[in-house]
Amino acid sequence: MNELLKDLTPQVLGILVRRGADFAAAEDAVQEALVEAVRHWPDQMPDEPRAWLVKVATRKLIDAQRAESARRRRELKVQLEPPPGPTEHSDDTLLLLSRCCHPDLTPASAVALTLRAVGGLTTAQIAQAFLVPEATMAQRISRAKRTVAGGSFDTPGDVQAVLRVLYLVFNEGFTGEVDLAEEAIRLTRQLAAATDDPEVAGLLALMLLHHARRAARRTSSGEVVPLAQQDRSLWDTAMVTEGVEVLQGALARDRLGEYQAQAAIAALHDDAATAEETDWTQVLEWYDELLALSDSPVVALNRAVAVGEADGPLAGLRALDGVDPDLPRWDAVAAYLHEKAGECAEAARLYAVAAAKATNAAERDHLTRQAARLNASASSGSA
Amino acid sequence: MAKYLLLKHYRGDHDIAAEDVAPMDQWTPEEVKAHIDFMLELTEDFKRRGEFVDAQALSPEGTFVRYDGEGKPPVTDGPFAETKDLIAGWWVIDVESEERAHEAAAFASSAPGPGGRPIREWIEVRPFMSEPPTITE
Repeated sequence: MNELLKDLTPQVLGILVRRGADFAAAEDAVQEALVEAVRHWPDQMPDEPRAWLVKVATRKLIDAQRAESARRRRELKVQLEPPPGPTEHSDDTLLLLSRCCHPDLTPASAVALTLRAVGGLTTAQIAQAFLVPEATMAQRISRAKRTVAGGSFDTPGDVQAVLRVLYLVFNEGFTGEVDLAEEAIRLTRQLAAATDDPEVAGLLALMLLHHARRAARRTSSGEVVPLAQQDRSLWDTAMVTEGVEVLQGALARDRLGEYQAQAAIAALHDDAATAEETDWTQVLEWYDELLALSDSPVVALNRAVAVGEADGPLAGLRALDGVDPDLPRWDAVAAYLHEKAGECAEAARLYAVAAAKATNAAERDHLTRQAARLNASASSGSA
Repeated sequence: MAKYLLLKHYRGDHDIAAEDVAPMDQWTPEEVKAHIDFMLELTEDFKRRGEFVDAQALSPEGTFVRYDGEGKPPVTDGPFAETKDLIAGWWVIDVESEERAHEAAAFASSAPGPGGRPIREWIEVRPFMSEPPTITE
């Protein structure tokens, strides 16, 4: 039932706002209708769950308008029942998502509003995922709703802004009661079904191709396992296959974008049965494409790793020379390339520097172990 | 979003305040009230902005404790009459950027002291470790 409610949430909200209801008020009404559904459906499942939710949410909307009017002590003159309108639009999902990912919102607000209004998560679940008090998340969501309230609601906004938010939801990596990576995939699937933008498919492919490795990404005690050392038998091959198919469909449209290029890189890694079999020459070609598309320093940093694998560590270090050393993970990449070049003392020093600069504990621990491993083998070698 | 700890010190590596400020017990009651109200209002502001995670004040009296080997009672030291550094309390905020964390800390540092003038105490800002991102290649 929870899955059904999650799928229906954006549809019902879409119908209400299509009919002209205020976005924030409609969102509240839908949440209240969901509560009613959770209460009543286990006893009696309605024949048409979506119609049921629309009806109850509409009633809640009217109740709220009445309460508001009563509070103002004036006659109720507003039109209570939203005029009947089209009940279903394939682009409702994009409409809702582009409203929730409005450029006036900060990324964190857009993420919270998207998960609540389109993802159908409760405020408590979102708060738990981001490790903040529920009251703080409630406040963040209500501020976001005020920011996007009003204005016409019939033109879909910027797909790129929506994709950035969905990417953030996937990539934040928080794990709580709700799996945000799966939420991001679910929402991106909905969007991909509603639009024919190849970058939407590219992002969906990127998510699937990374999510397929989930079981291999950490040890049972939570330590980070780098791609090269992952047990590839743990990868979800069905998900890889799906990701590759989605990506091929997108690339066939011949409108390359950043997400498709990133997905192509992930697909090449997923395609290698062992780390040694990775086709680094092709990976490097995709990094060149990606760099041309995005000109991002982070891409340039990752490209240096690919150069190191394709053309040797010295070439990798030369590529790294042109990259801003203040970037997070610059020292980690430099350490890796120096070790491959046989300069273990310099590698150990750089791993320690990288560990001190790490912004997350799992990565810090991994880098500290690398430094310790090299230092230990250096002292046992000289003994 | 990123979480930051905003630490208020009684004393630190930096003097308590850039201005020459008398100890709080020598302020007027109104000045003390204005200072505390400012701090409470700042907490409310974090809540209104959807940034609040935690706020706590600590008692100045504390003890250092150390393991002293199997079967032995812990070693204790303190409380100390004079100390270089005591943590007075903190806020934990979840904010959009490091710039916003610095802005919030600077505002906290503008809390009024004697004569209503900002005391300009140092606020230490420490980022929390986050979760590793999923996509790193």
